[in-house]
Amino acid sequence: MDIISILFLVFAAVVIGSAGVVVFSKNIMFSAFALLFTLFGIAGLYVLLNADFIAITQIMIYIGGILVLIIFGVMLTTKITQIEFRGGLSGKIQLGTAGLATALLAFTLVTVFMKSNWLLKGDPNKVAETTVNSIGTMLLSEYLIQFEIASVLLLVAIIGATFIARRK
Amino acid sequence: MTIGLTSYLIVSALLFCLGLFAVVTRKNAILVLMGLELILNAANINFIAFAKYGGFNIEGHVAVIFVIILAAAEAAVALAIVLNIYQNYRHLNVDEINKLKN
Repeated sequence: MDIISILFLVFAAVVIGSAGVVVFSKNIMFSAFALLFTLFGIAGLYVLLNADFIAITQIMIYIGGILVLIIFGVMLTTKITQIEFRGGLSGKIQLGTAGLATALLAFTLVTVFMKSNWLLKGDPNKVAETTVNSIGTMLLSEYLIQFEIASVLLLVAIIGATFIARRK
Repeated sequence: MTIGLTSYLIVSALLFCLGLFAVVTRKNAILVLMGLELILNAANINFIAFAKYGGFNIEGHVAVIFVIILAAAEAAVALAIVLNIYQNYRHLNVDEINKLKN
């Protein structure tokens, strides 16, 4: 096994394992910190896929921004340990049904992915080069309108979030 | 075993299903948001995997950048709404939150 395969397996195990902790942990703070490892693992997968800029963006925005926001939300609102899953008999039935449905969905998706014959035009052995230049060119030429709309959307989100969250 | 497109797709499929399970079953609104983040990240892994193996190159990366922008905006607004709900209800149980006003 070469080093790329080993790294992929490590990152995949980190992503799936800590995502499992996020979903199944009863302590919401554990979930928030497990989300940190999930996001780091995904950044590692991006590096393996030659997406250097996206990996850095992932670390800066998801871990530096969204995760901190989520942890603030947890600390401002929740009593840290509480049983979060649905309780009672009907809750157990709902939980079982949801688990069965998602397991079935996962099985279907994995089967489809294993069986599909993708039309692959990319060359995976291409020498990795930095993507920053081409992403910048693309954003300011072909995707210029979307880029500007995204900046307006972020402005709207900032104003909207502060307006909604202020104390009356 | 060689690492190809399928390996990444399987990781993202499992991540998507875990996120979906969190969205459907958890009662706390913030945990539902975390499940949403997992789902968005699963989609992003697919974009980047197809950018490398499917020959979409930079276009996949640009799509991921827009998804991350939307996720940031969504998280900010959603957590503001969550704080507001907590001020009114003193809990975040999504089953019992059914009024927009009083």
